[in-house]
Amino acid sequence: MNVVAKTETGRALGDAFASARDRLPGKGKIADQRRQAFEAYERSGLPHRRIEDWKYTDLRALMREVLPLAPAPDAAALGRAAAAAKLRAIDGVRRLVLVDGAFAPDLSDLGSLEKGLGIRPLREVLDAGDGALSAQAFATDISDPMIALNGAMATDGVVIEIADGAVLAQPLHIVHVASGTAPASMFTRSLLRLGRDTNVTLVESYLAGEGTKAYQAHDALIVAIGDNARFDHVRLVEDSIDAFNISSATISLGAHAHLNTFGLTSGGHVSRYQLTVTCAGEGSKVETNGVNLINGTQHADTTLFMDHAVPHCASREIFRAVVDDRAHSVFQGRIIVRPDAQKTDAKMMTRALLLSDDAEADNKPELEIFADDVTCGHGATTGALDESLLFYMRARGLPEKEAQALLIQAFVGEAIESIASDALREVAIATAQRWLEARA
Amino acid sequence: MSLLEVKDLKVRVEEREILHGLSLTVNPGEVHAIMGPNGSGKSTLSHVIAGKPGYEVTGGQILFRGEDLLEMEPNERAANGVFLAFQYPVEIPGVTTWNFLHAALNAQRKARGEDEISSPAFLKKVREVAKSLNIPQDMLKRGVNVGFSGGEKKRNEILQMALFEPAVCILDEMDSGLDIDALRIAADGVNALRSPERAMVVITHYQRLLNYIVPDFVHVMSKGRVVKSGGKELALELEESGYAQFEDAA
Repeated sequence: MNVVAKTETGRALGDAFASARDRLPGKGKIADQRRQAFEAYERSGLPHRRIEDWKYTDLRALMREVLPLAPAPDAAALGRAAAAAKLRAIDGVRRLVLVDGAFAPDLSDLGSLEKGLGIRPLREVLDAGDGALSAQAFATDISDPMIALNGAMATDGVVIEIADGAVLAQPLHIVHVASGTAPASMFTRSLLRLGRDTNVTLVESYLAGEGTKAYQAHDALIVAIGDNARFDHVRLVEDSIDAFNISSATISLGAHAHLNTFGLTSGGHVSRYQLTVTCAGEGSKVETNGVNLINGTQHADTTLFMDHAVPHCASREIFRAVVDDRAHSVFQGRIIVRPDAQKTDAKMMTRALLLSDDAEADNKPELEIFADDVTCGHGATTGALDESLLFYMRARGLPEKEAQALLIQAFVGEAIESIASDALREVAIATAQRWLEARA
Repeated sequence: MSLLEVKDLKVRVEEREILHGLSLTVNPGEVHAIMGPNGSGKSTLSHVIAGKPGYEVTGGQILFRGEDLLEMEPNERAANGVFLAFQYPVEIPGVTTWNFLHAALNAQRKARGEDEISSPAFLKKVREVAKSLNIPQDMLKRGVNVGFSGGEKKRNEILQMALFEPAVCILDEMDSGLDIDALRIAADGVNALRSPERAMVVITHYQRLLNYIVPDFVHVMSKGRVVKSGGKELALELEESGYAQFEDAA
């Protein structure tokens, strides 16, 4: 039965790829790469639990099929997207909006670009035949089927270049909005190139327009951080409760570069975020932090691959999951320290808080160390809220849900505190607060 | 009407009965001391009054201003004016004392249908109380009781008592773990809160505390019952003769 269903699903997607080809920008080499990526995807199909990296997130069971490509947004869809983006607007940022897989220039702030900042839609870059940029945007590993599928199907995105020495005073905010009326999938892909000595902050939000329910958001973010540059990244997933979000980020750091990335997932029915960070230059520093706040039947998976390829780099991971009802949180963190990466300092700590007997959290930290002079460690804990603390707080007048909310805020606080910008930390706290209020 | 009436209270923990028919009547303005040996059920009584989960009331009742206290959630009891100063106050990392007190006070006010207290008004109030108890401001910015000494934890309990202005305060072994100076500061804090409207139930193993907080009534508990009641002189008597006589009586 399964085999038949899989074949049919596969065939439908193959047809979709073939028929969508004229909608997929990029000719020549890029078109070849897309075809190769699609073939790589087709060889495995949707990942399932017998693939080790996907054992907790069986997309064959959870997602069953890849929905057809979303149509380009019409005026009504753009209107709903504008309203959704406005509702989650952040003061003082440069907003770049992607709606149903297409860059929406009318909803984006493209005026008076700071010196050294260049922004173009991916489609435009591909249509213009800019070989080097296009190649970099599509230079992702196709061994993972979902990243490969994104490479085959990506319709648009943003390509952002920051010239050497540029320090952006204004954070960039990429808003991914699903706004269609029929279930569909959208594939986006964005590239950030940070030159030497740059300082850039990027916020990403995933949202749904009013009335948009079931959809599949597939995004790939590629970031190259130049020598001595600093990149701050805050990612907020507030997708519709029926949505799928299958995304990846591939980030490389030059020498003495600094990455601080934070992700919070409170939305979406099923989400998977594959973050690959490579320390490619000596003396770089990485902080990756994340929080899952999920309930109902939500499934949220953060899979991190931290690659120490060169000596003298440091990485810190703090991950917190709060899981209620029958929700399922997954954290997989793999740190690899390659033979040359002496003096690596890598630490990972993941903790899960289960708020119900049916909640589930899987933590899989892994260390693979091939160098001998390193400091590496990891830890993982799973537990419930402390009853003695709850009683103390209730004895002081706090209703149970309020007492829980304070303890949950404290639990996720350590991860949220890692956000460097005061304003963006407040945005993340407000996002967590919305989740807590919704369950009260 | 009495403020707090415990009538023939029977309480089990798991399969064991701890209180076997305890009665106690507390009126406004009174200070009652409950003394007794370890295991006599003193802390169980305080926990049941505050509503700690895990205790099964199998008989009797507790009335607070004539209402059934056992029907109320712990937070409702607090909002209605019942306060338990914990023998072992818990540490709550990541929740600042400041934030906790503000949230708790507002939750109580909200439950009573009163307006929430603004941050500046709250700040002023807490500062005054903290100063009178010799609690440094920076303690309020730290996680609740995190890194506090035994004395600081007890003073933090009294700070909360002063802030919430309860009708009845249950002080569970307030003297445990305190040196004589810390005990005096804590007792001064408690005495400052004595008023004709407010009642206190002071649970203690030792007579020493009662030199500082002088009770109107002393009750001796043994094996889950009150076996003798009297005035403050009963505490001194106990200091002389010990609890052994009552263990036989019970």
